Amino acid sequence: MEDLRPVDRKILKLLEKDARLSYADIATVVGLSEEDVRARVDDMERAGIIRGYKGVIDWERLDSDGVSAIIELKVTPKAGLGFEEVAARVAKYPEVEAVSLMSGAYDLNVVVRGKTFHEVAYFVAHELSVIDSVTSTATQFVMRRYKEFGVNLTEDEPDGRGQISL
Amino acid sequence: MSGLNYEKILSRTVQDITPSGIRKFFDIANTMEDVISLGVGEPDFRTPWQIRSAGIRSLEAGATRYTANRGLESLRRAVADYVLRKYAVEYDPASEVLITVGGSEAIDAAIRAITEPGDEIIIPQPSYVCYDPLVRLAGGVPVILPTKAEHDFKVTPGELRALLTSRTKALILPYPCNPTGAIMEKADLEAIAEVLRDTDILVLSDEIYAELTFGGKSHVSPASIPGMKERTVTINGFSKTFSMTGWRLGYACGPAPLIRQMTKIHQFAIMCAPTTSQYAAIEALERCDEEVARMREEYDDRRRIMVAGFNRLGLSCREPKGAFYAFPCIESTGMTSERFCERLLYEKRVALVPGTAFGASGEGFVRASYCYSIEHINGALARIEEFLKSLKK
Repeated sequence: MEDLRPVDRKILKLLEKDARLSYADIATVVGLSEEDVRARVDDMERAGIIRGYKGVIDWERLDSDGVSAIIELKVTPKAGLGFEEVAARVAKYPEVEAVSLMSGAYDLNVVVRGKTFHEVAYFVAHELSVIDSVTSTATQFVMRRYKEFGVNLTEDEPDGRGQISL
Repeated sequence: MSGLNYEKILSRTVQDITPSGIRKFFDIANTMEDVISLGVGEPDFRTPWQIRSAGIRSLEAGATRYTANRGLESLRRAVADYVLRKYAVEYDPASEVLITVGGSEAIDAAIRAITEPGDEIIIPQPSYVCYDPLVRLAGGVPVILPTKAEHDFKVTPGELRALLTSRTKALILPYPCNPTGAIMEKADLEAIAEVLRDTDILVLSDEIYAELTFGGKSHVSPASIPGMKERTVTINGFSKTFSMTGWRLGYACGPAPLIRQMTKIHQFAIMCAPTTSQYAAIEALERCDEEVARMREEYDDRRRIMVAGFNRLGLSCREPKGAFYAFPCIESTGMTSERFCERLLYEKRVALVPGTAFGASGEGFVRASYCYSIEHINGALARIEEFLKSLKK
């Protein structure tokens, strides 16, 4: 798509904060028609700028037995391909929620989600660590999540204000 | 029970300041359940963490004593730098800045420092509720200047001139305005300055909402108009800009002779503003522009949703240019603003504030605060829509 305009950035910020905001409300805020907003959003989806819309869910509030782990991978980069090939390969696993290339002591940061501790451990041992260019793995299990996607997962602070003040 | 005759013991002046009938409505609203309120004049944001953290650090460092009466020197310097940077007015932190317990105390001290019995102080209304009682407590006479919707609730030079008498001591300029959202732009202020030139009338400019202006209009401080600095006391504070209502901190900037007298009142009534708050405030002034911009942008988003919403419902609503309130007109319903708010509260559980809470000239209007999330505002608008439909049946 053509260069992003300031209004597009504003639309993105609004959607990033609340993807359920209606086109009508977005239109009111940015001063475009609803049709124009819809068209801008469609364009940004097609251009791959908007990659999806997901809920922020605190599974720990349910009796969910899922576990997450952060796996640090050290990788020997391939000539001409760098880390791209191995990163793309790791990203293919449905168990993998996130893959990032890091500066510092290791190369790829991989977030893995599984049903049990055992399942994640098995996945690391039998899938990730056996990839040729992976030279080492370090697995850290997530004990508790406090904040995700900028959303606080701990108890909400009550509003504390009355109904009316001047 | 004692047999004390309270009628006799209590000051006549204080007793005559009646909490308006609206008070009852407020008390009821504040205890009702399932209310979607647009009634609160207080930011929903928490104080930015870095400001809270600065307060905590000062406590850890043991800064738990009184400060100088007029406030920490470092804070007064920070205030002077901030006011110069934001509003292009230069003040001497040693003699022209006083740190107070909220903007409210600064307003009180300024009024008391100038008022002799019988002095007239002009108060534009609709406006925040403190000016009239504070003038009365100081023995002065409030002279109300009703601002008009067709003038965007600004003070016009003609209206001002018509109220001037030999007893006029001061003009209060409460802009950006709670509840109307009106602002005074440079040309508006120049016209007022023209009226006041060659008079001995002081301007008390309450600029507590100065950082909350919208639509590319930044706040113009009356003191920045040529010839006005010497006759203006500017009052501001941390509550609205930095979401610091509970810290109770404000300040006054003005001519040294006035600040000196205000400092006396402050010294005997208050000693000094809260020490922890003063340390936190330095952080706010010096390093929180981005936080303020972020909150302002969010208020602006909500403002647009709310104004468009009221207009869609047929309650005509001017674009508020400052503060965080919409002030839609409810005359089309044929109700008084108090009746409208009462019925809306009882029938649909939405809390708004009747325009008359801010002076008789607020009749026909209601105040809706947008210190609430868009979701919350939409929820309230939906109930107001139901209410309006029910009226037509």
